[in-house]
Amino acid sequence: MDDRTQQWIERIRSAAASGQALRWRGGGSKDFYGQALAGEILDTRGHCGIIAYEPSELVITARSGTSLKEIEAALAAAGQMLGFEPPHFGKESNNATLGGCIAAGLSGPRRASAGAVRDFVLGLRLIDGVGRMLNFGGQVMKNVAGFDVSRLMAGSLGTLGLFLDISLKVLPKPRSELSLRFEMPQHKAIETLNRWAGKPLPISASCWVADELVVRLSGARAAVDAARQQLGGETLDAEAGAACWMAWREQQTDFFAGELPLWRLSVPSVAPPLDLHGEQLIEWGGSLRWLSSGAAAESIRNAAAQAGGHATLFRASEDLKQEAGVFHPLPHHMLALQRRIKHCFDPHGLFNPGRMYL
Amino acid sequence: MTKQRQHQAAQEQDFSDVDRAALLAELACVLPQHALLSAPEELKAYECDALSAYRCMPLAVVLAENEPQVIAVLQTCHRLGVPVVARGAGTGLSGGALPHPHGVLLSLAKMKKILHLDPVARIAVVQPGVRNLAISEAAAAHGLYYAPDPSSQIACSIGGNVAENAGGLHCLKYGLTVHNVLRARIVTIGGEIIELGNHALDAAGLDLLALAIGSEGLLAVVTEVSVKLTPKPELAQLILASFRTVETAADAVAAIIAAGIIPAGLEMMDKQATAAVEPYVHAGYDLEAEAILLCESDGTAEEVAEEIGAMRAVLDRCGASSLRVSTSEAERLKFWAGRKAAFPAVGRISPDYYCMDGTIPKKRLAEMLKAIAAMEKKYQLRCANVFHAGDGNLHPLIMYDAAIAGELQRTEAFGAEILELSVRLGGTITGEHGVGYEKIGAMCVQFSADELELFHRLKAAFDPQGLLNPGKAVPTLHRCAELGGMHVHHGALPFPELERF
Repeated sequence: MDDRTQQWIERIRSAAASGQALRWRGGGSKDFYGQALAGEILDTRGHCGIIAYEPSELVITARSGTSLKEIEAALAAAGQMLGFEPPHFGKESNNATLGGCIAAGLSGPRRASAGAVRDFVLGLRLIDGVGRMLNFGGQVMKNVAGFDVSRLMAGSLGTLGLFLDISLKVLPKPRSELSLRFEMPQHKAIETLNRWAGKPLPISASCWVADELVVRLSGARAAVDAARQQLGGETLDAEAGAACWMAWREQQTDFFAGELPLWRLSVPSVAPPLDLHGEQLIEWGGSLRWLSSGAAAESIRNAAAQAGGHATLFRASEDLKQEAGVFHPLPHHMLALQRRIKHCFDPHGLFNPGRMYL
Repeated sequence: MTKQRQHQAAQEQDFSDVDRAALLAELACVLPQHALLSAPEELKAYECDALSAYRCMPLAVVLAENEPQVIAVLQTCHRLGVPVVARGAGTGLSGGALPHPHGVLLSLAKMKKILHLDPVARIAVVQPGVRNLAISEAAAAHGLYYAPDPSSQIACSIGGNVAENAGGLHCLKYGLTVHNVLRARIVTIGGEIIELGNHALDAAGLDLLALAIGSEGLLAVVTEVSVKLTPKPELAQLILASFRTVETAADAVAAIIAAGIIPAGLEMMDKQATAAVEPYVHAGYDLEAEAILLCESDGTAEEVAEEIGAMRAVLDRCGASSLRVSTSEAERLKFWAGRKAAFPAVGRISPDYYCMDGTIPKKRLAEMLKAIAAMEKKYQLRCANVFHAGDGNLHPLIMYDAAIAGELQRTEAFGAEILELSVRLGGTITGEHGVGYEKIGAMCVQFSADELELFHRLKAAFDPQGLLNPGKAVPTLHRCAELGGMHVHHGALPFPELERF
């Protein structure tokens, strides 16, 4: 347990005075994500520790520099978990932290059934761009006092404030879990996943790649068994299934090992197969389409937009990121509004300049 | 008459210079005659929402029928510097839709078309005036429903649900409005249309949808909402459990969660509440019990059987004095009927009642109940308690008689003390009803001046002139100083720069 609040407030105040850009960073496991990195690094890992965790409250509060591993271990010891199953993308040397996880706003395989990072954020304390400590939300499930600023922080990539601690809703681990595998072409997989999602089935994750669909069932033992009977397919045992989901979550499978740029297309689950050059991997019941492709950025962005979604250049060379832009362009009104919101928190533009649009 | 105003954190703006005749003339130019109400007898119906203790006549009421009319009204008010209060069905419990005396009340109740329902994508696109329950009714043929079910769901509108981030009896498992809305199309006070969210699972940029939901009409007006539809569970079953003390009931709530169960609903009622309800609805509640719990399980038949078994075991272990499991859908609904009738039942035994909405960590439930019992003596008023126990959201119902001098004031003081205790116990002043007009003073207890200032800056980012629902949800710094909230934040007096009187 270590607290850096006071030190950070002073650092931010002096940066505000001198105009020095700051980039707060945990393990650096998501440095690859977003536009160019700029600013002096403020390492959050010295500000760490679980502040409060009571399993019967379904809430954990921890400092931003706490490693995700530590949090997940504490939850697992009480039979609980982070419902959004966040990817870590870190190794021993650059362990993911809670603050980075919230700032990146990336959710894992359970997203379509359980919710995204922002759905689990209950409260957050931060230091804004002029060195004020601000507290939003709280440690309870239901709280509508004031604007919901803490959820806004999920996915803000460190552009709005330096997180001090975060309170999250947690979930009990499912009593039972197993995975089923099916041979299926893409269009059939999309159609099938949407059909299944309209039924009360305990599907907690899906992944289609190379004409193979795997779905995970989670819940009461009886429900999982009944769903297995109903859906058919080849059953993967718990261990093999868990390994698959971990590898997809961490993007450690062959699909992600390619040399080509990796695009993340977020589209409505019912969007038909996207006619784009390259290989695809589909998660979240059809809503998340990973594309490994050298196709022109514009054609990819157009395809995502036409389907009703957006495309992010997830992993690529700095040159391509610079040229194509990482994030999907925003309509004019929206961009102006987002910039005004950035200004509310960080009027001098100190935090992570240029990492998003802001 | 063009008026440029500026939203301020420090002080409320003075809108008394609004020229009513000029406003009505300009609105008449952009609206069909039947959409604009200005006669006192027509305005009267809009003078309050469901928190009828507070009333105010607006200058005009607009019954918008479509988005272009909404834009026209907002642009007109923007140009003239006139406040606008948006209203859905008017079922809000915090005075969020209380009209502004110098403003326009903009009703969205006529925009009630379900524009599109896609059973495969499990999405409904609706206008803001569509009733919450109407969405579930339209989706029922496809085995789907809209999960958030605030108690007013027969009447309340989805636009109002978005403004308040409405909850309900099942939000522990299925989430609040914020978890079930995918997209909102908003119009800013300047008349710009902005799309927040989409039909995918995330959108580019900052998550402004999360910010807009629950913003109580301060940031923009919603003209279209896309909601997520959920497959209807095959079966639901309810356990009714009695306890001899509120402490053991509260412990049982924690024990169920600790056992890894997320019940579809987990409600608690104390003896005063069951006593009010039972003669009214004959739900079959145990009137000897100090507290009862209603624990619901839903899912497939197999799942429900397993979960009901697990919940029974926990409740037995926690010392439930009696336990009944619903054996039919009719019996399940009968058990629920009592809980759902709690407010009107209390309204039957008391001329007036005041409903509070604090949320606290579940482990403090028993402590809160004891404190409320002490406050009943202190203020000489009765209080029946119903809770969304699973998420720690309390609805103490303070009973009073407005006809007796001083009772309303004692009631308000009683309520304020409950809210202050909620904050002190690590909770919040409002779990689901919103701050509105009612709890604006209590906001000074929960937030520091810096935090309130940030809220004001966010408001100004959307509405620089401060015309949307002024005087609600976020108090000015001056008001907090005047109320003497005396919230000592991190050892410093709040608002040291302001005078106190």
